[in-house]
Amino acid sequence: MDEKLPPPSPHEQDATLARERHSRRTFLMNVGIALNAAAAAVIATPVVVYLLGPVLRRNEYRSWVSLGKVSDFPPGETRLVKYRNPYTDPQDGDTGNIPAYVRCSEPGNFTVFAINCAHLGCPVRWFAESQLFMCPCHGGVYYADGSRASGPPERGLFTYEQKIENGKLLIKAGQLPTLRNKAAAKPCPSLDAPAQPALLSRIESCPPASPGTSASTIG
Amino acid sequence: MSASQPWYKRLYDWVERRVQLEGPVKDAALHPVPRNTASWWYVFGSASLTLLILQVVTGILLAIIYVPSAAHAWDSLQLLNNGLPLGWFLRAMHGWGSNFMVAVVLIHMAQVFLFGAYKFPRELTWIVGVFLLLLTLGMAFTGQVLRFDQDAYWGLGIGVSIMGRVPVIGGWLVDLLMGGPIINGATLTRFFALHVFVIPGTLLALAGLHVWMVLKLGVNEWPMPGRIVRRSTYIQEYNQLAHDDGIPFVPGAVWKDLFFSAAILFAVAVCAAIFGPYGPKGVPDPTIINTVPKPDFFFLWIYTVLSYLPPEMETPFILIAPVVAVVILIALPLVAGIGEKSWWRRPVGVFMVMFLAVSWAELTHLGTYTPWSPKMSAWSGAPVPIEYLRNRTPLERQGANVFQEKQCRNCHSLGHSGGLRGPALDDVATRLTEDQLYRQVLLGGGNMPAYGSALTPPETTALVHFLDTLHPGYQAPATDASRTVAAQQGQAPRPSTIEKGAGQTTVR
Repeated sequence: MDEKLPPPSPHEQDATLARERHSRRTFLMNVGIALNAAAAAVIATPVVVYLLGPVLRRNEYRSWVSLGKVSDFPPGETRLVKYRNPYTDPQDGDTGNIPAYVRCSEPGNFTVFAINCAHLGCPVRWFAESQLFMCPCHGGVYYADGSRASGPPERGLFTYEQKIENGKLLIKAGQLPTLRNKAAAKPCPSLDAPAQPALLSRIESCPPASPGTSASTIG
Repeated sequence: MSASQPWYKRLYDWVERRVQLEGPVKDAALHPVPRNTASWWYVFGSASLTLLILQVVTGILLAIIYVPSAAHAWDSLQLLNNGLPLGWFLRAMHGWGSNFMVAVVLIHMAQVFLFGAYKFPRELTWIVGVFLLLLTLGMAFTGQVLRFDQDAYWGLGIGVSIMGRVPVIGGWLVDLLMGGPIINGATLTRFFALHVFVIPGTLLALAGLHVWMVLKLGVNEWPMPGRIVRRSTYIQEYNQLAHDDGIPFVPGAVWKDLFFSAAILFAVAVCAAIFGPYGPKGVPDPTIINTVPKPDFFFLWIYTVLSYLPPEMETPFILIAPVVAVVILIALPLVAGIGEKSWWRRPVGVFMVMFLAVSWAELTHLGTYTPWSPKMSAWSGAPVPIEYLRNRTPLERQGANVFQEKQCRNCHSLGHSGGLRGPALDDVATRLTEDQLYRQVLLGGGNMPAYGSALTPPETTALVHFLDTLHPGYQAPATDASRTVAAQQGQAPRPSTIEKGAGQTTVR
């Protein structure tokens, strides 16, 4: 193998460093570091804005979507509907189609529930015979008016803000409902639901202050 | 350099003169390790690395075909499975390689913990290893998302629901994670970038650092009871041991690593060939709601935990517990960096490993059959056992109809079929009197919904009469003693339960 000169000893390295500490070359190196830091900051700003794009644009997401004619939803029934999300890209494919439940408790009185369980977002299924929504994931169950019946959810189903215009049922859609990111600001969907017969009115129409102590859980 | 040497030797010398890697590689390969570390217990780390390389290679091969678009990902997986020769096998290798990697990494971690290998001076090796574990789990989760099917879609839904519970910034985190307002194409491309670039890049860099430190600090010696780790003397003791009773790493210890890595690779290939690729299951169309989403095997235990936590504990638990767990793992070598290494002198540590293993196994086992979930098709798919209908009155049989039609069966089993959410009702009449049955059905309670608004009075009567026949022949149904007393004084109607002698379930 080739002969090599030995590398400078640690002592020689220290001596060189001490000599260079206040030299013009060291100054220029520090300027170079500062220039790169400035360039990094200039590049990082658009990168951060780019990454935070979905957060900054969030107010554009929600808009009114038609679910069909009011007459499509007969009183006393809860129907599964789907709509195209108002905000989609071509690459979204089927994921831009969103299901929801429309409940018509009496003529002109609609509640539109998000499909997502208030627990962890799985799709709840409506059972018309027992008038219950059941979740296949962790066993959350809701009554027909969307209030919590049993299982792990802490609250009732999420509801969409809705209005009727020109005989059509519209909902304010466009955002996946989660506990922090609600389809509707109403925390308690059962408040405006029609009153139950006296025997059946449940003590809690909203989630109780201390969960687990309600009539339906302690029996 | 003489011309008499063969051409390959001259080529080697030509390259070596320029790259000069022979020295460091020889140093690494021939460094002495304590003889007792050349053990089959020490093969899991190298096997993890082998599996990581397998995952990188198969992953790159899959990326040739896979389309990270929400509209096309599922179709491209179908093409891999069915349209290309042995595309299914590569998908299967990648999927099973992932399972094996998580398993081997966990075993490696348990072995390192039990052998005390995280103690001085290898604290940082352990801490880097903790991050390697987290990254491996991150790869498993993001990989499950790239298999863009119904499970992936709703799994993402669960992920963002958990994110959404973070105080104050939850909503922003949800948007950031999804790349938009809903789970869609932007979500998939995000997870693609994470799974293909960000996490594997970090994983490879940290794995390199991990192996570097193993080479620099030496393989942990076999722990002996009474051989205490002290910061002042350990390095010298270790070097002495490696010198006096050491063998070169190559080939002394490496042959077992090679054998085990080959065995693991064969095992992955055999599993891939026999069991085939994972899914994809149904199309990721959220409007198909007749689906039962389920996470992959190594996340089943979390699924179980999320089902069994009391509602009020859930949010604090899922936000705090993972942080606490990671902090404990990182703090472990800093808090317990010296002292005994041997498992014979660390009963608490051994117990912890056993406890975690048993808990994990049981939670995973529960996750495989999800007793907390209503069986969505039991009401129409699981008939009432015939012996429960024999010699029944028309009213009782009508009650059995109501029982099925009102989906009671989704949560309650009869004759061992039906949901497990609520108690089995084969002998419910021995536990509840007629009045209690009415009350339970109408008002619910104990996690059962109230059926008062879903049942007409005749339906309720029929249902309760049917339930009241569900008791073994040798055990009378429960009755309210006060009603009998009242009946003898002619003050109340005879309780119908007393007449129920005819209809009883078979003796079991």
